[in-house]
Amino acid sequence: MRHTISVLVINEFGVLSRISGLFSGRGFNIESLSVAETLDPKISRMTIVTSGDDKVLEQINKQLNKLVNVIKVYDFTDEEHIERELALIKVTCNADSRAEILSIVDIFRAKVVDVSPRSYTVEITGDEEKIRAITELLRPFGIKEIVRTGRIAMARSPKQK
Amino acid sequence: METKKNGAEVFLECLLKEGVDTIFGFPGGAVLPVYDALYDSKLNHILVRHEQGAVHMADGYARATGRPGVVVVTSGPGATNTVTGIATAYMDSVPLVVFTGQVPTALIGNDAFQEADIVGITRPCTKHNYLVKDIKDLQRIIKEAFYIATTGRPGPVLVDIPKDVFTAPCELKYPDKVHIESYQPNYKGHPGQIKKAMDFILSAKRPVVYAGGGVILSNAAEELKNFTTKLNIPATTTLMGLGGFPGTHPLFMGMLGMHGTYCANMAVMNTDCLIAIGARFDDRVTGKIDEFAPYAGIVHVDIDPTSISKNVRVDIPIVGDVRDVLKEMIRLIPAQKELKAHKESLKDWHDQLKTWNDTHQLSYKFEPKGKIKPQYVVEKLYEATGGDAIVTTEVGQNQMWAAQFFKYDRPRTFITSGGLGTMGFGFPAAIGAQIACPDKTVIGIAGDGSIQMNIQELATAVQYKLPVKIAILNNMVLGMVRQWQEFFYNKRYSHTCVSVAPDFVRLAEAYGAVGLRAKTPAEVGGVIKEAMAVKDRPVIMDFRVDPAECVYPMVPAGQPLNKMLLV
Repeated sequence: MRHTISVLVINEFGVLSRISGLFSGRGFNIESLSVAETLDPKISRMTIVTSGDDKVLEQINKQLNKLVNVIKVYDFTDEEHIERELALIKVTCNADSRAEILSIVDIFRAKVVDVSPRSYTVEITGDEEKIRAITELLRPFGIKEIVRTGRIAMARSPKQK
Repeated sequence: METKKNGAEVFLECLLKEGVDTIFGFPGGAVLPVYDALYDSKLNHILVRHEQGAVHMADGYARATGRPGVVVVTSGPGATNTVTGIATAYMDSVPLVVFTGQVPTALIGNDAFQEADIVGITRPCTKHNYLVKDIKDLQRIIKEAFYIATTGRPGPVLVDIPKDVFTAPCELKYPDKVHIESYQPNYKGHPGQIKKAMDFILSAKRPVVYAGGGVILSNAAEELKNFTTKLNIPATTTLMGLGGFPGTHPLFMGMLGMHGTYCANMAVMNTDCLIAIGARFDDRVTGKIDEFAPYAGIVHVDIDPTSISKNVRVDIPIVGDVRDVLKEMIRLIPAQKELKAHKESLKDWHDQLKTWNDTHQLSYKFEPKGKIKPQYVVEKLYEATGGDAIVTTEVGQNQMWAAQFFKYDRPRTFITSGGLGTMGFGFPAAIGAQIACPDKTVIGIAGDGSIQMNIQELATAVQYKLPVKIAILNNMVLGMVRQWQEFFYNKRYSHTCVSVAPDFVRLAEAYGAVGLRAKTPAEVGGVIKEAMAVKDRPVIMDFRVDPAECVYPMVPAGQPLNKMLLV
């Protein structure tokens, strides 16, 4: 099963390789990884998408916690949460296809962020499913290049007081 | 103006403040400032002949005392030579602080002379490591390094220090306290879990204590003995746990696992309550994991949460320091009156254990007129010392015989590379132990293969007049590998014959040590006696033993513990 894990770490050089080394050294999976500073510049947040059975996830959680640089590990899987990825898609266009591409962009609430005579560059954010859907719709026009971020996630706030 | 100290001088001052008395090291370009400062320091420095030896010595020192071992080496090859030693300490949770010199900060990343990314190299085999990029971080990092190495589950910490940090002006301000937000080891076990475990243990009909190296690391041997004897529970230990429970105690069943005793392995395979204390269910202990302790509810006490439920499902986990948790468990033991019924209910179990014990005991065939049996040598060493010695081992058959045929009544008297299985460990570890305990008899039990992996340290032992006794069980083969070839590879003895070897007696003499040899069983006692009388230099005893001898019992890899090959 896939899990989205958030790891708060001390923002020091080498911390990324400690985490990625832990995953490769122990044969855990990393499907995606994104890292950035938090509000406190001394602390970074890594969002890792991984997979494995309960036993593997238990070990991932414990092994991450064991690293001296790791402050907190949080598994979003059983929690209400929001997940987002961002993709930039450079798609071929011509006079005939421009209008149709723009309407797809519109439907997905994506944005065109760069235009050239033969291409649009589309920026899309959303969950994995949404990005896959727009990619499939744009594919017939000819995708020249696609760049995706890893997934980031945040827990939803409780709805009742 | 008062002349300030430099980083190197402050570095040594910090070590003294940390209570370090001895460092093991080897000089080189990047640590020249440290060695210059050392010239005036009261720190005791042991000059080794190879950096790997330095780390194993520091390791032996740490295991013999419980205090952290300290190493100083230079950059590049000096640093990379420490890696096996560090990995050895990491697997066996030994507190070490290894300081490596590094090229000046401005040259890092430039492929400078004697540059190696040792922080990158050792990341997976240290508990934590540091590169000190700024002199103002030096003292905090030293403090943190010792704190991390010695607290929680201990382990090696490496600190890489560039040459210009050593030469930078600096004032001694060694911090008193450490605060690392992301590192807060937990010592107290959960009271609810402890209560639950005790209820379960008291209800068990066939309980077994399975104790590991954690008992020794947390100095809990006394508590373990108390707990076990009060409840009259039979005990087995892992290789790393030997000495954690008295080897001559009537409740002791011997070691378990691949080369464990028949009784201990049968007990574990039939127990209804396995009490794992500071042990980690290593594959050499469990045999086939799916069939390990099939009838047991498992209680597992360990300070490292990652050890729990890693290999074997655990019913009652208790995360905490073994000593703290055992003390709490002992507190919950009912008064002797109420215990009477419980103890009586264990009678059948003890009868069963006695039967197993009588069925098969550790043994070998002694032939007075034949070849020397390696087990006989170990027994004779035990007799000669009355068990009052620190024994270190190399890895392989010598290690198993040392574990089986010498009785360890006290913790920190059996020092071996259990996790990594490092050949070349035992001799330098013996040197480290002898430096830590100058008044103790230190015996290194070795094989003729292993001893050659760090034989250069003979010079170190001679230089410091260390009377370590090295007993080479010389069978002229790489015995354990040969044993596997005999059992599992159709006796195809591929590259396990090492009969082209030095004359160990003359080798010892060449270094200025004493060399002795025994070729017949009758000569063994005399050689040992002669070796024990040497007080001012190392002794090598070359015992020419029977090369055909194998270690029994043996559980073939991947088999359950009750499928033992017996003699």
